[in-house]
Amino acid sequence: MIASETGSGAIPMIKIKINIKIKAWPRLGRSEASQGYFLVAPPFLYALLLLAAPLAAIVLFSFWTQDYLTLDTTLTLKNYREALSDPLYGELLLRSLVISLAVTAATVLTAFPIAYFISFSVPPSRKSMWIFLITIPFWSSYLMRVFLWKVILGYNGVLNTTLTGLGIIDEPLSFILYNANAVVITLAHAYAPFAILPIYVALEKIDRSLLEASRDLGESRVMTFLRVTLPLAMPGVVAAVLIVFIPTIGDYVTPRLVGGPNGLMIANMIQTQFLKLNNAPMGAALAVLAMAMVTAVSLVFLFLNRRYLKGQK
Amino acid sequence: MKDTLGVERPIIALENVEKYYGEYYALRGISAEIRQGEFFSLLGPSGCGKTTLLRTIAGFEELSGGRLMIDGKDMKRVPANVRPTNMVFQSYAIFPHLTVAENVGFGLRREPLSRDEKARKVAEALEMVGLRGYGARAAHALSGGQRQRVALARALILEPKVLLLDEPLSALDKKMREQMQTELRRLQRQVGITFILVTHDQEEALIMSDRIAVMFEGQIAQLDTPQQLYRRPNTRQVGEFIGVMNFLPATATVSDETHIEVEAAGLGRAVIAPDQLPGGWHPGQTQSVGIRPETMSILFPGETTDRRVAIGTVEDLSYYGDMTYYVVRLDGVDRPMTISMKNLVGRPVLDRGTEARVAWDARSLVLFA
Repeated sequence: MIASETGSGAIPMIKIKINIKIKAWPRLGRSEASQGYFLVAPPFLYALLLLAAPLAAIVLFSFWTQDYLTLDTTLTLKNYREALSDPLYGELLLRSLVISLAVTAATVLTAFPIAYFISFSVPPSRKSMWIFLITIPFWSSYLMRVFLWKVILGYNGVLNTTLTGLGIIDEPLSFILYNANAVVITLAHAYAPFAILPIYVALEKIDRSLLEASRDLGESRVMTFLRVTLPLAMPGVVAAVLIVFIPTIGDYVTPRLVGGPNGLMIANMIQTQFLKLNNAPMGAALAVLAMAMVTAVSLVFLFLNRRYLKGQK
Repeated sequence: MKDTLGVERPIIALENVEKYYGEYYALRGISAEIRQGEFFSLLGPSGCGKTTLLRTIAGFEELSGGRLMIDGKDMKRVPANVRPTNMVFQSYAIFPHLTVAENVGFGLRREPLSRDEKARKVAEALEMVGLRGYGARAAHALSGGQRQRVALARALILEPKVLLLDEPLSALDKKMREQMQTELRRLQRQVGITFILVTHDQEEALIMSDRIAVMFEGQIAQLDTPQQLYRRPNTRQVGEFIGVMNFLPATATVSDETHIEVEAAGLGRAVIAPDQLPGGWHPGQTQSVGIRPETMSILFPGETTDRRVAIGTVEDLSYYGDMTYYVVRLDGVDRPMTISMKNLVGRPVLDRGTEARVAWDARSLVLFA
């Protein structure tokens, strides 16, 4: 009302300006949806070229066969039949699964108390410092850390010399390097921060008055942990499990360096097929099988997570 | 709950309770007795220690000094989970991963009851708070008022000796709050459990409580019934915190125990009774009298009265429909005072600047040191 009395001349001017703007961008200015597509196009293109295309190539390769130097492009299930019938591949797949599950369990079980400690015992002003300290191992190279474990676990390594020096053992322990145990220890250390962070975030999100309410309703500290803290931290635990499990199953550097002959995993075989045996289709088929295994296990955990997330916002 | 002498034993006895965090004193020597079955409120501005006191009773805070007895037992080193108290939290603290029924039945795990008995108790508790049939719902799908009811049912199902309520109505809108006030009062009478309510809303405390402890800076300033608190506050601070009170400078002389003479600015000389000095007599101090807005009235032109009359001027007014609040300056007084008048049939609303004849009674004066 006031505007129309005092500045009636200004209003049409503004309208004209708006019209010009719309005409300059006839298509993109039309709807929010098209603007959205425009914005996501670059990352979508990136994802298509660098993720979907290689994946499709792997799947396609796995249905081809290698005949010495020539690639037979007739589609066949021969590679899969061989992978599933040859006990060597089966054993490697199974061992990869077992080692990954062991790494995941070890990592998450050690990460939980650390995350719990930071969330519940560290004063709020120091929490970010603690989180920062936990990332310190990541400042050194992944390879460096694997080699360091070799130094620690080796026959004449830090651990064995210390233990023999103290007279606790007479002979150096040999079961700690160049086998599956060493792979589990090394990978559990490497992935610890990845497990600590999601669990910490989930614990931080728990309203502390819920814990007081549980105590008030008659539950002890232990039962409060089991009935309130743990269920509410489950999304973080499941996230940690997935974050650790998915990459470990495909890891090949650690088993190669500290695993010895009995600690090798499926990724080492895939590498061998591609680079040494020049059998890319077989490697591709093994890769697809490994992916299928990861997918199956991940789905189980996602399903669990959904159950736990059911009641929450 | 009578002891051998037939004297009513308090359900909660606080003896010089202290709580400090380093240098900061949250509670500075609280002594009070809370009676079995009463609706007791802790009222005070934020930071006065009322929530700390409630959390001390619940067992979430250790005492720094003094003694806390619940039902005759010393609560020193008794953790929250074994105390005969239950709490309704300000945030309600509804478990988000459980259903309504699982929330309400949370504390029943340790009870030696069969599954069916527990389910029946939960259904009864839900019925009591007006949430019949809500058991299977997810807790996060509830409105604020419904969460409140779930929190109440969850605490009451354990039949505590004392129910502690930490500002339970502050998150609700005005209508819902008023509804819950009457409902809480009804529920308290129905179950007969002692309720202790923490609130900063003086109106809420007056409406709901049998007795109120008004707290300032970690101490109880006055512990009384709502009527007594409103009519006879024992300090100016209490009088100001509860409702509106006008203060006028005054001097007082005591002739004898029952006969106290007051000379109040703008009102003149008056004789008051000993109960009108609830804070006690402190000779030689500067004093003031307090008077509530609704105990005075402005006479319309030509109206006569047998009450005392003081003369002043209407400085301002706020018209509320049912009421008019006048700001009146009495002749010879610097500070204006508030007078509230019901807008009855035939009573005109006075204009600014007109002369006001203010009728008052010596009975409604309170003398403060």
